[in-house]
Amino acid sequence: MTRDLRRQLKAAALWLTAFLLMVVMCVPGLWVVLSAFRPNREILAKPPVWLPEQLTLDNFAKIFGFGADQVAIPVAAYFWNSMVIALTSTVIALAIGTAGGYAFARFRFRFKNAVFLGLMLFRAVPGIALSLPVFILWSRLGLIDAQLGLIIVYVALNVPFTAWLIDGFFRQIPEQLSEAAQVDGCTRWQAFWRIEFPLARSGIAAAGVFAFLTSWNEFALASQLTRSTDSKTLPVGLMDFTAQFTIDWAGMCAMAVIIIVPALILTFLVQKHLISGLTFGGVKG
Amino acid sequence: MARILTSRRAALTPLLLLLPAIATMLFVVALPLVFSLWTSFTPYRLTRPDTLYDVIGLRNYIRLMSDAAFWVAFGRTVLFLAIALNVEFLLGLGIALLINRITWGQRGLRTIMMFPMMFSPILVGFQFKFIFNDNIGILNNALQSLGLTDQAIPWLVDARLAMFSIIFAEVWMSTSVFAILLLAGLFAMPRDPLEAAKVDGCNAWQVFRHIMLPFLMPFAFIAMTIRSLDVARAYDIVAVMTGGGPAGRTELLWTLIARVGYDNARMGQANAMAYVSTLLSVLFTWYFFRKLVAARRYMGGAQ
Repeated sequence: MTRDLRRQLKAAALWLTAFLLMVVMCVPGLWVVLSAFRPNREILAKPPVWLPEQLTLDNFAKIFGFGADQVAIPVAAYFWNSMVIALTSTVIALAIGTAGGYAFARFRFRFKNAVFLGLMLFRAVPGIALSLPVFILWSRLGLIDAQLGLIIVYVALNVPFTAWLIDGFFRQIPEQLSEAAQVDGCTRWQAFWRIEFPLARSGIAAAGVFAFLTSWNEFALASQLTRSTDSKTLPVGLMDFTAQFTIDWAGMCAMAVIIIVPALILTFLVQKHLISGLTFGGVKG
Repeated sequence: MARILTSRRAALTPLLLLLPAIATMLFVVALPLVFSLWTSFTPYRLTRPDTLYDVIGLRNYIRLMSDAAFWVAFGRTVLFLAIALNVEFLLGLGIALLINRITWGQRGLRTIMMFPMMFSPILVGFQFKFIFNDNIGILNNALQSLGLTDQAIPWLVDARLAMFSIIFAEVWMSTSVFAILLLAGLFAMPRDPLEAAKVDGCNAWQVFRHIMLPFLMPFAFIAMTIRSLDVARAYDIVAVMTGGGPAGRTELLWTLIARVGYDNARMGQANAMAYVSTLLSVLFTWYFFRKLVAARRYMGGAQ
């Protein structure tokens, strides 16, 4: 009995340590979230105000254009652009990546390793380095300041990673399952959709979260390829809060919350799949 | 279509499946890279489009070789990556091992752990610009309230402190990526060898060193590979926090490229620099990917 109690106490202490550690780790982010609900005067106060005396939604009202004094920043348009671009590019990247990952996992073909490594290394090109030529080419193709222009770029950013992750996941699913289904009269196509795809859902969900976060949060390319409310995304919109020498911290913190919340909701929804989907085939090459 | 899919050894099927992926990468990455390789042999300026056809050979690269600012930025970038990746790995490993030992309430902790991962790098930059702000930043306010210092510490103005602040921001953003990938590895670890080792009288350190660590290494290299694909995201952080300042003391390759290419409109020169930075990223990625393959082979799971 006492031994049981001791073990439980130990587990509780361990949990508490971990919890405190995680909270400390999150403090910088939480401080920004808290500041979003405080008036600018409190943020800039000297001596500092530690515990907020009042929490307000004014900062949000301001950037959405309600209330007495407004900040003329088209957040709604940025949000819409970000959503359309991130969702579309994620769906397309998942389709292309799943096809590619399946090919890597289930087929033997010449230059397989070379193709795989090639995809990865192309992905390694730094965004800012890629943005120079893409900017010039896209402006000739009329893709500057267009949602489509960014969608195409983000699909390319996400395809290699998606294919890699999904390849690892398919390799964990025994091939015999689909073979058995084919013996029973399914075509390979049907076997894929009825047997293998449902089993690979965790991997595809994890790939989807990473693809969405990459597109949703990308800045280096978006800042060069977008101009106006036609295509500017939320991360680029953050720059609107900076003037030459000053930054509207309250407005920016409110915008930060608007950027984080969708990412938070999505990650929370698929969090069950997230870790089990991230094995990359584990130790199997 | 159906017949191709049913015949298992059809050589065309994998090609068809991979075609969209290859086509995308060729169009969005390879084609622009060819174009930027061309411009790196010209004095191309955005303001003077005709300079695109004026070939000057290797002059941009030769100028790079003798450009002290470029090499300082290059060295600083390598140092930055070496410090950041190692610290992120060690912290991530610690967090993963800790969370893995927790049996009750683990899910909530895992969600909190992933919190920094959701932040946009540009947002992380502004966040730490806010926190390290010498006047209103929470850090200086805290230090002054606790009486640890009576003057404002210029976190983003002093060259060394600015470098520290940038690395801190980068580590904050990316540690959870390591933690979550290593945790995925710990979850996938078979229980039997661990039990067997304990029965055979191994102590905790021996179990960790000889059983858990070799098993975790592939996951560590997966994390390293993923991080080296994405290291240039640090550009966003630096661009916002210091803009490469004060006086170029925190300039990394990526901010230098942006300055030369967009601010000075010297695309040819910037593309030559971009090629060097691309080479650096590709080498890092390739190196860690080789290590990953080797670590898997060590575990007996060769391709």
